[in-house]
Amino acid sequence: MALNLIRPVKKVDTKKRFEPIHAGSQEWPVVQLARNRKQFVQQVTNEAVDRLILLRSGIGQLVDEIEKTRYHEKLRIKTNPWKVDPEDELIFWGKVKSRLLEIDKKDGAEAEELAKLLLKDIVNRYAEEITGNFKQTSYKLARNIVTFGFARLLNAAKIKKFGSFFRNEYTLQDKIQITGEVEHLRALARIGTIVMVPTHFSNLDSITLGYIINELGLPPFIYGAGLNLFNVEIFAYFMNSLGAYKVDRRKKNLIYLETLRTYSSLAIRKGNHSLFFPGGTRSRAGNIETRLKLGLLGTAIEAQRINYENNTEGRASKIFVVPVVINYNFVLEAPSLINDYLELKGQERYYVENDDFTSSGKILKFLIKFFTQGSNISVSIGKGMDLFGNYVDQEGKSIDKFGNYVNTREYFSYRGKINRDTQREEEYTRMLSIRIVDEYLRINQVFASHLVPFVAFEMLKKKYPDEDLYGLLRIPLDEVEIPYEIYRETFGRLRDKIFDMYNRGQIDIAPHLTGDLDQVIGHGIYNVGLYHARRPVIKSKNGNITSQDLTTLYYYRNRMDGYDLEKYI
Amino acid sequence: MDMTSKNTYDKPVGVVGAGSFGTVVANLLARNTQVVLYARKPEIIEQIARTRISQGQKLHDRVDITNDLHYLSSVCDVIFPIVPSASFRKMIRDLSPWLKPHHFLIHGTKGLIVSEDKWNEGKPDKSLMPEDVFTMSRVIRKETLVVRVGCLAGPNLSKELADGQPAATVVASRFDEVIREGQRLLRNELFQVYGSKDMTGIELAGVLKNIIAVAAGILVGLGFGENAHGLLVSRGLVEMVYLGRLLGGETSAFLGLAGVGDLVATCSTNLSRNFSLGYRLAKGEKLPDILASVDEVAEGVNTIIIMKTLAENMGMRAPITESLYRVMHEEMTPEEALRLLMKSPFRIDFDIF
Repeated sequence: MALNLIRPVKKVDTKKRFEPIHAGSQEWPVVQLARNRKQFVQQVTNEAVDRLILLRSGIGQLVDEIEKTRYHEKLRIKTNPWKVDPEDELIFWGKVKSRLLEIDKKDGAEAEELAKLLLKDIVNRYAEEITGNFKQTSYKLARNIVTFGFARLLNAAKIKKFGSFFRNEYTLQDKIQITGEVEHLRALARIGTIVMVPTHFSNLDSITLGYIINELGLPPFIYGAGLNLFNVEIFAYFMNSLGAYKVDRRKKNLIYLETLRTYSSLAIRKGNHSLFFPGGTRSRAGNIETRLKLGLLGTAIEAQRINYENNTEGRASKIFVVPVVINYNFVLEAPSLINDYLELKGQERYYVENDDFTSSGKILKFLIKFFTQGSNISVSIGKGMDLFGNYVDQEGKSIDKFGNYVNTREYFSYRGKINRDTQREEEYTRMLSIRIVDEYLRINQVFASHLVPFVAFEMLKKKYPDEDLYGLLRIPLDEVEIPYEIYRETFGRLRDKIFDMYNRGQIDIAPHLTGDLDQVIGHGIYNVGLYHARRPVIKSKNGNITSQDLTTLYYYRNRMDGYDLEKYI
Repeated sequence: MDMTSKNTYDKPVGVVGAGSFGTVVANLLARNTQVVLYARKPEIIEQIARTRISQGQKLHDRVDITNDLHYLSSVCDVIFPIVPSASFRKMIRDLSPWLKPHHFLIHGTKGLIVSEDKWNEGKPDKSLMPEDVFTMSRVIRKETLVVRVGCLAGPNLSKELADGQPAATVVASRFDEVIREGQRLLRNELFQVYGSKDMTGIELAGVLKNIIAVAAGILVGLGFGENAHGLLVSRGLVEMVYLGRLLGGETSAFLGLAGVGDLVATCSTNLSRNFSLGYRLAKGEKLPDILASVDEVAEGVNTIIIMKTLAENMGMRAPITESLYRVMHEEMTPEEALRLLMKSPFRIDFDIF
């Protein structure tokens, strides 16, 4: 079959090494932050208290907010305690109660003063909890474990026993391929502050990205990691050393959220490159997230405005958004994620996060398996943008859609001056999130293991037009069989469509996708959900396409959502 | 440019388009601020400069005129583009190179246009879909780098406003600051300005009302009275809501000043171009002849073609719009259209919630 590719498919130069962009780690903003941790926590506290007082003016509102927070915290401690929770929580919130009673007895300015002090103590406690414990020494150790440790494992295991697609000898660089705007990202990191916004499929993402960031010669990024991950020692170790701060998704009260926002905003303003998973949690359905969480993204916009207001020229005055898409053949958590999704889809309800990463041993086993057996990851780095979705050039200058330079300061100006307008910034955040999703779809690299389940599931759907999703997922597995010839033809048609989109710059493709059709399908079948006990797509004895698990098939199918490809089935 | 204090920050406000509504808006603004009014044709500029009269209206002393868009955008932060939808895209492309992110654009054009690849010889392509249909705010977003965009809509018949009669308008934008700015600039003791965040809904209310206004003109032209009028307004409103939803408008927008308010005003008066169009159709004139006799085409003409095609493609019935289309472009007479409408199988009064 003739391939109609006009745009060349870039082969990744896996042997390329990148020099660190800073000569020594002393220059890293995150090191500065760790060194002045106490002072930073204090700054976060003061700024967050000021914001909260603006939001909840007057003693009545303030006391109400504290009371509400206290109530929810007590409830959380009782109903959903975690291993990482500090032991003195109950005592602390007990004291809050008695102090609220004290305030109740006072009046006027005195009560207000006491309420503000109480607020400050709560915020300070949160700020302490959020702020990470970055240690240079453990950063270096963690880095070594990731880079050299697994590389050793890899070579020791030299895989010859696996399928014909994986004859090469591996290095970690072969396993994790970095594509896209790498030099651009490095250039931007030198002149401004990066906000990296990756897609989020697996708990492995943060480790993968930590590796990538180091590999690209960039200083560590700070990022908000779910507090639940700190329950697991091995993750806690990596997180603390990679510049993580802690985000507790159980705490949804205003005081906590404002403290978190302030933390992020202030860290960005201090020039810390940051990493947000704007989808919030891992993608439950397996799709590229389309609705982004705006909270932390908004802090980048706010930080940019404050940077401009303070007129800080030179380093760190401009913030760049860099979308990143991580592609896996296999997501360890897929079965439980998709179950969460299916359960939640009907009705919104509170649920306790279901984790496959429950113990260090389990993870280590997975990692060894992962790094020693054949399954690749690709990380696509998108082009840098300003906070208004304009691409930026190598010098960080914004270029509008007509190819002209834009002065981004002016987005914040009203009547000739930069001013603060939270509603405007919320709207900008929403607009930015739409741009990021567009970029995700554009830089997403299609693997055979994405297209294989998509075609299989959609063909099944077409065969059972009257079934809704739940009906489809309940089809008896022995009824699920797609004749290979028809499957092959459909797959070829879809692949041509994707080449078409690739030529127009609407999507990216992995080099392996361009090969011989049967081989590509074989590659996809072999890799999709490689380590699941029940495989989403397999070939039956007579060579036809079937499945051992329709829910994970659906999960992997969703990876190709958002391109409107269904109509070509 | 003076940036030192709020009090001395008094840049003029721009109005692009010196048609009748553009002139009215310029005069309204001039009660509160200095205004720069743009007209495209040099002979019009020359004439206005000489007479200080535009579209039969005396210009306020604080209105300066120009035909230089570069000048206008460099002296104004806030610009009101008010030109017919048929020339809106060209105007905005001419303006675009001079626009900066600090500009606010608040348009006052109640029309739709179709993306260029879906528009051939005055007709939309058969494959027309919602994403091909643009309200003016979408045109602005597509053709410029301006993000702070708003629109004006409401019962704002130019002649009554020019006479200084009491009225109100809606400024809609996703940005509170744009709404506030519109209110600050336009409000006076006889002119109330409401705000809305549903910009698309408000734009569509103003656009789709034009369809019903054409129908109202037909009813009056046929000599019918107030019962028929009431029937049309209420059925028309339901159709507007349905059509509006196709393009992303919320129902609530249609129940406010820009929807019902504008609908009632436009359907009751021969001051509107759309109404006159319907009236002349009822009197037996043919569309091409009517179009040849006016200098500004009623917005309803294109809106009807676009919405009829779109409703068809989306599998939706829009009986009033369809009938008007057949009267304007096929051989149906207004009487036949009316008879057909009365036989329409829709028997539920109001089912849009």
